[in-house]
Amino acid sequence: MTITRNPARSDRAGAGAAHSRARTWPGSATGVAVRVLALGLIVGIALWAAAPLVSSGDWTGMAITAVATGIALWAYLTPRRLPAKYLLPTTFLLVAFQVFPVLYTMSLALTNTGDGHLGTKSEAITAIETSSVRREAGSAEFRLTVAEKDGALVFLLADPAKRAAYAGTEDGLREIGGASLGPGGRITAAEGYTVLTAAQASARSAEITALAVPVKGGAIRSQGLTRAYQGRAALAYKAGCDCVSGDGKIWRSDEEQGRFVAEDGSALPQGWKVGVGLSNLGAALTNPKINAHFAGVFVWNLFYAIAVVALTAALGLAAALVLHHPRMRGVRAYRTLIVLPYAMPAFAMLLVWRDMFNTDFGLINRMLGLHTDWLGTPFTARLSVLLVQLWLGFPYMFLVATGALQTIPREYMEAAEVDGASPWQRFRKVTLPLLLLALAPLLVSSFAFNFNNFNGIFLVTSGGPFPSDNPTVGATDLLITYTFRLAFGQQGAQYGLAAAMSIYVYLIVAVISIIGFRRTRAFKEVT
Amino acid sequence: MRTIVWRHAAAVLVTAFAVLPIVFVVSAALNPIGTLSSATLVPRGAGLGNLLRLFEETHFWTWYRNSVVVAGLTAALAVAVSALAAYAFSRFRFAGRRAGLVSLLVIQAFPQFLAIVPLYVIFSAISDNWPVFGLNSVWGVVLLYIGGQVGVNTWLIKGFFDSIPKELDDAMMIDGCTHTQAFLRVVLPLAAPVLAISGLLVFIATINEFLIASVFLTGDDARTLAVGLFGLLADQRNANFGMFAVGTLLTAIPTVLVFQFLQRYIVHGLTAGAVKG
Repeated sequence: MTITRNPARSDRAGAGAAHSRARTWPGSATGVAVRVLALGLIVGIALWAAAPLVSSGDWTGMAITAVATGIALWAYLTPRRLPAKYLLPTTFLLVAFQVFPVLYTMSLALTNTGDGHLGTKSEAITAIETSSVRREAGSAEFRLTVAEKDGALVFLLADPAKRAAYAGTEDGLREIGGASLGPGGRITAAEGYTVLTAAQASARSAEITALAVPVKGGAIRSQGLTRAYQGRAALAYKAGCDCVSGDGKIWRSDEEQGRFVAEDGSALPQGWKVGVGLSNLGAALTNPKINAHFAGVFVWNLFYAIAVVALTAALGLAAALVLHHPRMRGVRAYRTLIVLPYAMPAFAMLLVWRDMFNTDFGLINRMLGLHTDWLGTPFTARLSVLLVQLWLGFPYMFLVATGALQTIPREYMEAAEVDGASPWQRFRKVTLPLLLLALAPLLVSSFAFNFNNFNGIFLVTSGGPFPSDNPTVGATDLLITYTFRLAFGQQGAQYGLAAAMSIYVYLIVAVISIIGFRRTRAFKEVT
Repeated sequence: MRTIVWRHAAAVLVTAFAVLPIVFVVSAALNPIGTLSSATLVPRGAGLGNLLRLFEETHFWTWYRNSVVVAGLTAALAVAVSALAAYAFSRFRFAGRRAGLVSLLVIQAFPQFLAIVPLYVIFSAISDNWPVFGLNSVWGVVLLYIGGQVGVNTWLIKGFFDSIPKELDDAMMIDGCTHTQAFLRVVLPLAAPVLAISGLLVFIATINEFLIASVFLTGDDARTLAVGLFGLLADQRNANFGMFAVGTLLTAIPTVLVFQFLQRYIVHGLTAGAVKG
């Protein structure tokens, strides 16, 4: 192929294909260098990423790396596919950190994952057997030294009878050599382990009490900080009947609920993860505990998001317009000051605002000479969270409106002025439509953000105030804080149910975003 | 002249609303007693006791360095990546363009922290293979934050690119430039205002992010300001308020500097007059 430096100016007939090719694929020295560099970079990253996967034999990971590398080479090592070259980095990042987590959340929603249902069935059986360990007459005894390795707790055990030293973790027991014994037959040091001091050990005493080192037919547990014993498991799993028996009872495996259930209906606390189909999604709608207040929370949530967007946009736009005047002085100083709330760390300022609303020594009550319990009654609490969010959010709108104002070509205003439009008409017919066009996508994403503004509610009111007869739903609760409390509240973590609820929240936001976009002119640009 | 006075009055009012809570934080930071219950709007005294306590009793410098690195890298990379995608959406017509734009919009509506459990699982797997980008590593969090930011920023930047006359890149290409050259030499410089604003928004969003950082960065060396400062108030709310206020103010400094640095790119009228007729 001939190298055509100025393809579009070349007038050789019949070389159209060559032209377009040369245009996107210049044969210049820089072009070649860039291509070689890209190839080297892609291959280099792929090799670096593959090395640990090969050594650990992770075939899924290798397949993902191979596909990603293949797509990158497909896009960058050809003159065509220009859009793909520009889109690929964004696509990779979105797939890895947005799309995949969303899909994963959806799959979690179809399981009973949560406290007591975190692992596989065999992990549950190990947990049941080790936690049922009891001490019996004649149990083997050890001298215990508590140590740690990579932050994980380890029992260094000396057996005086057998003159052997072991290291026990929650994964099991193994013999170690080269341990030095101190007075009383306890291990004082062992290579690769850090022995905890008495103070460190007592700080982690809850962990130490909970640690059971599984061994055949039982487990080793601590008794105080210097002794350990090997106990026998009271409960044992039998593969033949797929059940756990002991203490004169039998718990049969229930594959639908993912736990062992006895005839009287009681179940062992340790279960495993099973698919539950659509029952989590159904529970979100039919469980009276969850759906009773759904409508009320939803209406307030909707109002909150709309009000925050409207208030912040109105104030931000107004401030930007006030400063947008050729004869205005001190604009830079005003801008810097107005944008300050946005520069302040939001989470910290939310906590500061909460304290400013405090009844007894809050700044607002002291300045106004009032004694109002701002966050204590539904109306004032709602007003307060809106005010806080207006303060936090309007500088953002101000910034964007300022930027958008500067992109409006001056000719438009001059033309309107020549045509005899009044200042109000110029604003109403020229400035505002152009501003809204630029702001529309941000209004929609601001809505989506505030619809799920967890920090904005949780750090200020925690969802409260709560009516005295119902501690589960507060006056300022958004769907997300309400869901959060239901799922992670008193009953312990229920990730499956939480995932189902977040899917509902997401669907609502996505649908509203799409409707919002369809109604704005911004959507026309898509086509 | 009257309109100018009126404009100044309104600007002062808005500025007062914006600044008053910050004045309260400043006086709480200077307050020699250093407790919440003794803080006032106008400081009754001034001392650096809270500042000294903050540096002596906490790992404040480490938190600070981590936050600036994370927010700075995230802002720069997210804007760069988003600008590339925005250019493709703005200038090329290709199969799946409309679908791509709509899915961007739908995908970015999902708040990342809702998927905290899946994200933790993903990063545990990454930790096993590539600890550089795993849990307790600021680099991994940077990647995660970029992933959460590109959707909305692509839309924002694309909107601006659409307002830059296509005739400008056409003229470049008639003169023999490639698409890449037109992008780098015409579109990007003209889009400096929106790139500056996007960068600033990402920087602020990242330096304020708390929930994900509090789960992913728990090691002493990996904590960011948000995680570290929150910990200050966790158990000693009243006594540590002065330190907390100092930390809040110091956290704001990088953001203000970035804004001051970027403000000169937010100049107006660059495209005015580029296309005659």
